[in-house]
Formats: sequence, C-alpha cells, structure tokens
Amino acid sequence: MNPHVIVIGGGTAGMEAAGRLARAGMSVTLIEKGKDLGGHLRDWYHLFPDRRSSDEVLEYLKGQISHQNIRLLTGQQVTGFIHKGNEFTVSTGNGDTINGDALLLATGFDLFKSERKEEYGYGIYENVITSADLEAMFRKKEVKLVSGKKPERIGFLHCVGSRDEKVGNIYCSKLCCVTAVKQAIEVKKIFPASKVFCFYMDMRMGGALYEELYKEAQEKYSVGFIRGKVSEVAVNINNRLVAKVEDTLVGRPLKMELDMLVLMAGMEMSEDAVRLAKETNLQMGENRFFKPADHHFGTNMGNVNGVFYAGACTAPLNITETISHARSAVTEIVNYLNTGRK
Amino acid sequence: MEKFGFSLTKARVIDYDANDRSIVSYILEREPSLNLCIECGCCSAACTTGNFTGFSLREIHILLKRGENDLVRQKIRKCMLCGKCILVCPRGVNTRNVVFLAKQAFTKNEGYEF
Ligand SMILES: Cc1cc2nc3c(=O)[nH]c(=O)nc-3n(C[C@H](O)[C@H](O)[C@H](O)COP(=O)(O)OP(=O)(O)OC[C@H]3O[C@@H](n4cnc5c(N)ncnc54)[C@H](O)[C@@H]3O)c2cc1C
Ligand code: SF4
Ligand code: SF4
Ligand code: SF4
Repeated sequence: MNPHVIVIGGGTAGMEAAGRLARAGMSVTLIEKGKDLGGHLRDWYHLFPDRRSSDEVLEYLKGQISHQNIRLLTGQQVTGFIHKGNEFTVSTGNGDTINGDALLLATGFDLFKSERKEEYGYGIYENVITSADLEAMFRKKEVKLVSGKKPERIGFLHCVGSRDEKVGNIYCSKLCCVTAVKQAIEVKKIFPASKVFCFYMDMRMGGALYEELYKEAQEKYSVGFIRGKVSEVAVNINNRLVAKVEDTLVGRPLKMELDMLVLMAGMEMSEDAVRLAKETNLQMGENRFFKPADHHFGTNMGNVNGVFYAGACTAPLNITETISHARSAVTEIVNYLNTGRK
Repeated sequence: MEKFGFSLTKARVIDYDANDRSIVSYILEREPSLNLCIECGCCSAACTTGNFTGFSLREIHILLKRGENDLVRQKIRKCMLCGKCILVCPRGVNTRNVVFLAKQAFTKNEGYEF
C-alpha cells in the first residue's frame, strides 16, 4: 500500500504539497477547516510582483490537487494528533480520527488584528481599513469611502502589528512594504487624480522585482513616501482623518488630512496553530511560528520526527516562497518515508 | 567691543572623532535600551513639546550618539518628562530615562545646571 500523508491546511502550501505528494505516489488526505480551499490567496486581487490575478494561481493549485490519490476533507478543523511509533492519528473538531504515516502542517497565518493598535482607529473610524479590506474592495471593484464618495487622499500605514514591541511582535512581516506599493499603484489606477502617501519606517523591498515596483510607483504614479511611524490618528471637524507623524527626514512633526487610511496589517502565527502546537508539544520559535529544526537545512522539519511544515506557518512568506517551501517539504517527506523512518 | 576681521565658519560636518561621547556612554551604561532606537520618530510625533517647539526626542537620541552635545544641552531643557513617548515606542526604549540620565550626565561631567 502507498504511504499515507495527512496534509493539514488547504491554502497555497497545502494544495501545492498535496498535488506533488500524490504525483510522487503517496496517498494524501488534505484537511481544510474552511469550506473552500485556497486560504488567504482567495482574498487577494492582483498579486505582487507582476500583478497576476490571484484567481490564476488558484486555478493552478486546483489543477495540482485534481488527482485520484488525494482525498479532500473540507470544513474540518484538525484539533490534535498523537503518534505511536511511526503512525500518526489526527483528530478533527467533529470527533473523527484519521491515521497516516506522516503529517504536513500547512496551517498558514492569521492577519494581525488591527483593533489592537487602538491609536490607529480601526473599528472606530469608518474609513480606516486594513490591507485585506482593500483587497476585498478591489475584488468587488468597489473602492470607495463609506459615504460613497471617491477618496482624494489615501494613506498607507506600514508596520501595523509588526516590528512593534507594544504588541509583542518584534519581527518584520516582510511583504507588507511591497503590498503597500502594489496597492498604492492599484488605487492610483482607479483614482488617477488622487494623491497617495506611504508612511514607512524602512522600505523593505527585498524580493524579485520589488524595487522596480517601488520605482514605478514613484515614476508613473507619483506615490509619496514619508519616513516616520504614525503615532495616532484622529478625525477633525471636516470629518477627515488626521494622521500624526514625525517627518524624520525633515526633522519636524507633520500632520496630514486623509480620506482613507489603509493599515498594513502584519502576519502572525495562526491562533489555531498555536493551540495545536501547545496541544501536541510542537515547538514554536520566539516569533511563535513553528520552530524549524535548523534555519539553513531544516525549515521543513520541527522537533517531532515525521511531522513536517510548509508555508507561512513557519514565517511570513510570499506565494513564490510558499510554493518553493511546499515543494521542498515534499522532497523531505518522500525521503523520510522511503529511507528516513526509524 | 565688536571684533572685526576674518573668522572661520564652523564646518557643518559632524567631526565624529573630535566629538565627545562621554554623555552617551554614561547613558548607555545605565539605560542600554537607547541602543534599540530605530529613529522612527513615533516618540516625537506623540510629544506635546515637540509639536510646539523645535524639540524632537528622536533627534536628541541621534545627536547624543554622534556626540553633538552642544545641541543636546540646549534642547533637552524643553522635555517635561511626561512619559508620553514611552507609550508609543515600538522598540521599548525607556525614552524618559534617557532624558533624565542625559541631564544627570551633563551635571556630573560638566557641572551644568538645568
Ligand atoms: C494583505 C496581504 C496581501 C498579500 N499579497 C500577496 C501577493 O500579492 N503576492 C504574494 O506572493 N503573496 C501575497 N501575500 C502572502 C500570501 O497570502 C501567503 O504567501 C500565502 O497565503 C501563504 O500560504 P499558506 O498556505 O502558507 O497559508 P494560508 O493562505 O494562510 O492557508 C492556510 C490554510 O490552512 C487552514 N488551516 C489552518 N489551521 C487549520 C487546522 N487546524 N485545520 C484545518 N485547516 C487549517 C486555513 O483555513 C487556510 O486555508 C499577501 C499577504 C497579505 C497579508
Ligand atoms: S515589510 Fe515593511 S511594512 Fe511589513 S513589517 Fe517589514 S518594514 Fe514593516
Ligand atoms: S517625556 Fe519629554 S520627550 Fe517624552 S513625550 Fe514627554 S515631553 Fe516629549
Ligand atoms: S519611538 Fe522609540 S524607536 Fe522610535 S525614534 Fe523614538 S525612541 Fe527611537
């Protein structure tokens, strides 16, 4: 009989890995807690770095998992697992158990809950939204203020919930800078007469074509960049948002009226995965993501033999990196099942 | 009496080697969190004093590190030690203590009275 791999989480990482495992001759059960597959990808519109439609990537992933060796279980949340020798038994929320020879955790991330940065007014001021809310507006082709009016000035606030001791996240979420630039361009395309500003501490554009996108935002879309961390947001008598920041390159405080403010919410280890880790003694690193066995050679493995990781449950990763990481996980799993089991 | 004749304009350059960094050393020994500052300016944006006078705590931090003490000595008087800056700092710098220790160092090392 084929070895049986249980993949937990049906986002980009889980779908890519499931498809590849099936093609490598494994039998696979892919368990997703939501009713649809795709994870966060389903919420995005055009993807950086080349603004490809997210639907296109989703189609590719659906193609990956259409294989007879894959059994799909949607609407089921994995709540724990035990292992005896080389055999794993996974339990789901509705009381079912599934046995397998290896586990792949592809549980992804949660978006930082921006209400926690109360000073930015998310959930208080109606035109303060998150990067994810803006993607949803793009998808619906309905970018507008709550009043229905067109925004004339839009701000993007970097590092919300990342690089911030006050919320316990010292790490950089790595892809919100480029997301802000991508979204700034998108907004300018919809409202060419609007003015868009990014408030940043550092522009972290370290990825293929990121810096090019940054330059394009300046060159073609006149996006403005202000270096400083916004301390607070308020609403003035004209019912416009007012952001307060120090323009650190000028060395003076600056305030700016905005119609819409987009918070670049960071990526956190998902709450479900934290619970699962605690339940099953899987180690988490200092940033709470699953702790890799080795930062160079073992990012698909953790502290339990036979349990593997793929995607954004290990660190903030973009889709390109997530797919590569899923592929390397498959190599590790096949290797383990063929030779590595003790 | 007015002095006439030539004078050399003081160079704008930060003379890193000539500058005195004993003040910042004194602070860092007692408040190492000053090293964690990333110059984001959030403290300055939140600071009431900074919104009305030419005072920026972020700027004080970098001036201290460069040993530009003459500027710091004048500017630092403006801080009210209210602690609003501590509430917003993303790096957990104990900002108010930096100001407090800077004043202490100027008094101890230079006999400067605030
Ligand atoms: C605002 C924003 C915009 C982005 N835009 C881009 C972009 O343009 N280009 C790009 O390359 N990247 C982008 N990304 C990054 C991209 O979203 C991630 O790289 C990708 O989603 C990671 O995939 P994943 O499968 O690891 O995790 P996820 O997409 O989070 O999928 C994880 C899946 O696991 C499921 N799951 C979790 N726990 C359990 C459990 N216990 N049982 C069962 N199922 C479970 C979840 O329901 C989910 O479906 C963006 C990220 C953000 C925040
Ligand atoms: S990628 Fe940019 S916005 Fe995101 S946490 Fe890092 S520096 Fe901040
Ligand atoms: S303690 Fe000083 S620097 Fe900090 S907010 Fe108050 S006045 Fe400003
Ligand atoms: S808020 Fe903190 S990190 Fe930012 S400039 Fe002030 S002291 Fe430095």
